[in-house]
Amino acid sequence: MYKAAVIGDRQSVMGFKALGLTVKFADTPQQAADELHSLAKNGHAVIYITEQLAASISADIAEYLDTPEVAVIPIPSKDGVLGIGDRELHSAVERAVGADILRSPDEN
Amino acid sequence: MARLNVNPTRMELSNLKRKLATARRGHKLLKDKRDELMRQFLDIVKNCQLLRLEVEKELQQAYQGFAAASALLPPEMLEQAFLYPKQSVEIDMSFKNVMSVSVPVYEIKTKTDDTADIFPYSFATTPGELDDSVMKLSELLQKLLKLAEMEKTVKLLAQEIEKTRRRVNALEYVMIPQYQETIRYIVMKLDENERGNTTRLMKVKDMMLQQAGYGEG
Repeated sequence: MYKAAVIGDRQSVMGFKALGLTVKFADTPQQAADELHSLAKNGHAVIYITEQLAASISADIAEYLDTPEVAVIPIPSKDGVLGIGDRELHSAVERAVGADILRSPDEN
Repeated sequence: MARLNVNPTRMELSNLKRKLATARRGHKLLKDKRDELMRQFLDIVKNCQLLRLEVEKELQQAYQGFAAASALLPPEMLEQAFLYPKQSVEIDMSFKNVMSVSVPVYEIKTKTDDTADIFPYSFATTPGELDDSVMKLSELLQKLLKLAEMEKTVKLLAQEIEKTRRRVNALEYVMIPQYQETIRYIVMKLDENERGNTTRLMKVKDMMLQQAGYGEG
């Protein structure tokens, strides 16, 4: 049986505790990266991480990109949406198709 | 296109012809695989994008409740409220096969099914905004998990498509032209040898005729 976890700053991810998810608080990128690796080793199939932290440890997250057992999913924190999750989708499309075909022409 | 460095023999020629046939068949199969993967991928990506927008919006709403609660409660109290969660979540992960890529399928298992029974704190000492937020989050959980499933699928499919595309291109633009070029080279070489042989035979015949006294000169 697998578990789900959330990594983020105290204020944002506190509420997930009530749902029974594993919640790890991290204030620095280093802490977040350490938590990420230890959670991934301990049978967590899904790890949500706030975008603010995800932005600073993208190299650590990329390690799990091609691992089917661990999904690292960026979620917005209380400070708002940074669009990192969306950008990840775009980069996946770019990887597969060779060009970002999701982007509408009016964006740059 | 550079041809392969092989001896121009009949044996080599038939080997190459066999290899070319295999490469063509492989190319066709891989191309079909790539097209089908791409079709499924684009479907999932579009849904995934919509779901992400929805989840992001709802999460923001849930956070607002927490912000309100943390304004009303001291941080220690808030932490205490969540100290021992009632609910626990486990994920049943199985793998689905999409065009030979195994993608995860999550199924959620919660300890209590009653959504009203998840609050780990007393209602008397906490503000109502907190309850709303927790409620909203718990409703969101299913969607969050679906999002995780789809995003992982998207990433795994993207990897597979990239790999398949490379193989298709390698076959189409390198392997197959190389084989064709080499086959042409061997055929030409063999034909040339054959012509050389015929000329030599004619010459020898002439010489023999001449020796026997039948020559015209």
